[in-house]
Amino acid sequence: MAMNQQGRPTRPNTNAATGGYADTISGSRGLDQAEPLIFERGRTDLTGVDLPEPKGVKTRLGGLERKSEIGLPGLAEPEAMRHYVRLSRKNYAIDLGIYPLGSCTMKHNPRLNEKMARLPGFGDIHPLQPQSTVQGALELIGELAHWLMTLTNTPCVAMSPKAGAHGELCGMMAIRAALDARGETGRRRVLVPESAHGTNPATAVQCGFHCDEIPAGPDGRVDMEAFKAKLGDDVAGIMLTNPNTCGLFERDIREIADLIHEAGGYFYCDGANFNAIVGRVRPGDLGIDAMHINLHKTFSTPHGGGGPGSGPTVFSQALAPFAPVPYVVKKGETWHMVEHEEEARADGAEPFGRMVAFHGQMGMFTRALSYMMSHGSDGLRQVAEDSVLNANYVLARLKHVMTPAFDGTCMHEALFDDRFLKDTGVTTLDFAKAMIDEGYHPMTMYFPLVVHGAMLIEPTETESKSGLDRFCDVLEGLAQAAKSGDTARFSSAPVHAPVKRLDETRAARSPVLVWQEPQDQPQAAE
Amino acid sequence: MTTRFTKDHEWVRLEGDIAIIGITQYATEQLGDVISVELPDVGKSFKKGDEIAVVDSVKTAAEVYAPLSGEVIEINDGIEDAPQLVNDEPLAGGWFAKLKIADKGELDGLMDEAAYAKHIA
Repeated sequence: MAMNQQGRPTRPNTNAATGGYADTISGSRGLDQAEPLIFERGRTDLTGVDLPEPKGVKTRLGGLERKSEIGLPGLAEPEAMRHYVRLSRKNYAIDLGIYPLGSCTMKHNPRLNEKMARLPGFGDIHPLQPQSTVQGALELIGELAHWLMTLTNTPCVAMSPKAGAHGELCGMMAIRAALDARGETGRRRVLVPESAHGTNPATAVQCGFHCDEIPAGPDGRVDMEAFKAKLGDDVAGIMLTNPNTCGLFERDIREIADLIHEAGGYFYCDGANFNAIVGRVRPGDLGIDAMHINLHKTFSTPHGGGGPGSGPTVFSQALAPFAPVPYVVKKGETWHMVEHEEEARADGAEPFGRMVAFHGQMGMFTRALSYMMSHGSDGLRQVAEDSVLNANYVLARLKHVMTPAFDGTCMHEALFDDRFLKDTGVTTLDFAKAMIDEGYHPMTMYFPLVVHGAMLIEPTETESKSGLDRFCDVLEGLAQAAKSGDTARFSSAPVHAPVKRLDETRAARSPVLVWQEPQDQPQAAE
Repeated sequence: MTTRFTKDHEWVRLEGDIAIIGITQYATEQLGDVISVELPDVGKSFKKGDEIAVVDSVKTAAEVYAPLSGEVIEINDGIEDAPQLVNDEPLAGGWFAKLKIADKGELDGLMDEAAYAKHIA
């Protein structure tokens, strides 16, 4: 049997374990086409592009030019295209079905957004064009900034951060700059609840702070007594997600804001879960000093492999002067982008610097504003309401067969633990893998860490009741199967997917990162 | 030569004033397959409760806290090359580090085997 010795056997026409089917001559089965690696599909000694050898070129590389073949597979355009389209058909996407990854807000991306982003005035411009030729694009950035400030009730927004964690970095750098401006270089402790996204402590440490973990109370929210005990004159601030990663609203957020301010610190709010409260709650009213907004979550721009993130970060009055360049302003009838720190300083600001080469994710700005404009303020409010309603529907339908991690209702995501799997021999991982066999993308698992064997389901507002019913029917069925001892369904799942259960441990312990031509091996008798 | 345990699932075994430390069977079961271990530098001192090592597993990353105060005199290079040792024999070949401890009294706050068994039950 011809095997790729580097891990995943990929040759078609061998058997089911190698990625191709054994019962057809081609290894494909109907529309389910076997697809090898591109290196195996193409040949490294051929090229799909036939260019004449350039004549009379004098090399100026000083003898450093490549002498051997580069070793890339050569395919003609249709072959290369088919390779990737075939691979994409083995993939799962939000356009194929519910994508219930908790903490990710994988909602439908309306196609109107795509149409707007492709308008030549937004899609075909260059960041180095003179500002007078891109007035419409600058106005769009200004307009989106206006609505982000309105929805959060804050006086300032930095549009340039390119993802959620980048937005966190922007916020924490502003906090650091504000503390430095106050001369308080001793404030280096940042309080982070134990249910926080991992990026929160990572960001704080990156900015030269150290983290102090606040435990959660039995209700999954910040333990207020523990929080109060940690306040002191070395505290730079707190990083808190609301609703938090357990899918619960931090009811004491106003008191937390007041106390952190009294202690001389700042309040960074992680806006990852803004979808649950957009149009209903303005974080500025809750006393936050900085918060990033994931346009790729709340405002429906593609993500998770479908597009880049975008994380504009809003600031309170206290942090606004330290916001980074660039930013757009309207001078009379003209839109202007303030690109340099000197210009910002002349305006009285004290920017901590710049985070990106240009202005941020223009394509995502266009999609997000398109989404906002097509929904309107009433529509956005309904987004929050329906996302919470849908999550509570899932919670209510499944709480009799699965075990909710906390009592009561949830916000935009339903969190279960693995108590319902106790003594079944089925783990959270097995349960999630079995969902793949049923045609569903699994939920987020083993996160947040504060819940044992966590399963975090965020349906988002874009799923219908009938769609949620089908999804819940499957989870109910799987939970009953696990409890009735049908472990075979779980132990090697997925068995119906193009790639079966992967050896994740081996992949992590001895990853194969570079393709090498397999050595010819004698064909074993089958 | 008894083994003592912390509530955060580290174990410690005393040989004279040398403490051998590692993580418990229960901890490895919760973590799943260990992928890599970040061990402290030899010569570095830690206070009880300080983060002394980091374990990466298929499920998560976890900090390991020093169960006692002391100076690192030896680390188990073997688990850096073969992290499965931590899963296979957490209380033997999967040990993390040896500390020269400062205060034997700190041992009193730790659990014995029976108390730890009760703690994880």
